[in-house]
Amino acid sequence: MLEIFGTEINLGPIWLTLEVAAITTLVLLVVGTPLAWWMAQMRSSNKVFLEALVALPLVLPPTVLGFYLLIIFNPTGPVTEFLRFFGFEGQLTFSKTGLVIGSVIYSLPFAVQPLMHAFEAIPQRLLDAAATLRAGVLDRFFSVVLPLSQRGFLVAATLTFAHTVGEFGVVLMVGGNIPGETRMVSIDIFDHVESLEYDQAHILSAMMLVFALVVLMLVYGLNRRFGVKVG
Amino acid sequence: MKRLFGILMFSTGLLVSSQVFAETANIAVAANFTKTIEAVGKVFEKETGHHVKFSFGPTGKLYAQIRNGAPFDAFFGADERRPKKTIEDGNGVADSYFVYAQGQIVLYSAKFPVKDQPLDVLKAAEFNHLAVANPKTAPYGERAVSYLKSKGLYDGVKSKIVNGESIAHAFQYVVTRNAEIGFVAMSQVVDPQSPVYGKGQYWVVPQTDYKPINQGALITKRGKDNEAVKAFMKFIKTPKAIEIIKQFGYNVS
Repeated sequence: MLEIFGTEINLGPIWLTLEVAAITTLVLLVVGTPLAWWMAQMRSSNKVFLEALVALPLVLPPTVLGFYLLIIFNPTGPVTEFLRFFGFEGQLTFSKTGLVIGSVIYSLPFAVQPLMHAFEAIPQRLLDAAATLRAGVLDRFFSVVLPLSQRGFLVAATLTFAHTVGEFGVVLMVGGNIPGETRMVSIDIFDHVESLEYDQAHILSAMMLVFALVVLMLVYGLNRRFGVKVG
Repeated sequence: MKRLFGILMFSTGLLVSSQVFAETANIAVAANFTKTIEAVGKVFEKETGHHVKFSFGPTGKLYAQIRNGAPFDAFFGADERRPKKTIEDGNGVADSYFVYAQGQIVLYSAKFPVKDQPLDVLKAAEFNHLAVANPKTAPYGERAVSYLKSKGLYDGVKSKIVNGESIAHAFQYVVTRNAEIGFVAMSQVVDPQSPVYGKGQYWVVPQTDYKPINQGALITKRGKDNEAVKAFMKFIKTPKAIEIIKQFGYNVS
């Protein structure tokens, strides 16, 4: 609990939001990097399909995504069964794990697109040169690709984190509003508005607004200074 | 040919003249009442020639929209608090307020024998999740929780409760089997179009065991001279409309 202008603000949802956003960002950087690299190298027409697939969460209403997740996360559904095979216990809906998986899908384009553009901007001849010097695939990745695309990584991480913080539809659909587990800030604000607690809603909303503004300024600042392409 | 033309002209004339007297009402309606009011609206339009357009949403959101100048002529809430607050705010016509329906809570499950042993099922708590609408924002959820507390069952199921943002959302959790059992609205299980219609079992929580879920409605300041709204508010109190409302699982007193 924190008191701002005489209004009590419960910080729990804020910490949870930051936690889910941080885990999501980490997962997406690990999963998104090979995917973005693969797509950047792709020359066939399949690339168009993949690009469209990755961009889907940008245009689909989050409620659509959430609704589908609610159905496929079902405790007797295929996804849960599949995870059980690997020793997963419990349920995806109404849990932090489910939220993270949902957020990873939801924020996928925000990680993959900047990374892909950064990878595409790396001149092929540099990689060829490294290869003639007998640098292996991993070696080439860590000594050539990574340093040249670090701003792409920075933008991908920032946007993913921010986008996950602002998530509403997916969390609403699969979360179940459990304090400390799935009640994120956006849901908390919604509840405050619904129950006419406008003071709390105002304060939390203002915090979100300032946060979003700062993050976007950071991204555009990076853009201006280093010319990192976004989106 | 000439005669056909004449008939055409006559009917066009009729159409135009009926449109002259018909007005349109924009009405904000709590999401739980969606299907019911659409059914009432259809009969109303047929009988009066007026038009009604419904906007559905969570009651708190509709309240906030009206407070900020949304173009609604009437407001049908899911409780009494927010419609009454609209009048207090000066955005509603005070003497237009009335309770149009009372919601009924049922305990539904596709898996457990809730029909015959509802309390035993709740006591045993052999389920992973019990879906309940958010007690903070949805009257159905608030009544369900206070019912559980009054029967001394709340502490036993507390850790298994998952909150839907609205009663529709809690229902979704149950329909998709993410929660094996849940407190939902009677209107959601008796509707022949409901995905659970005829499936699983439900038990109607006795009305005497919880405070009635009065749903209040009013004419907004914007709608006070709208003939269609006045006619609709009159119509919804007629036996014909009440009959429809009851069919959808609500009480009207």
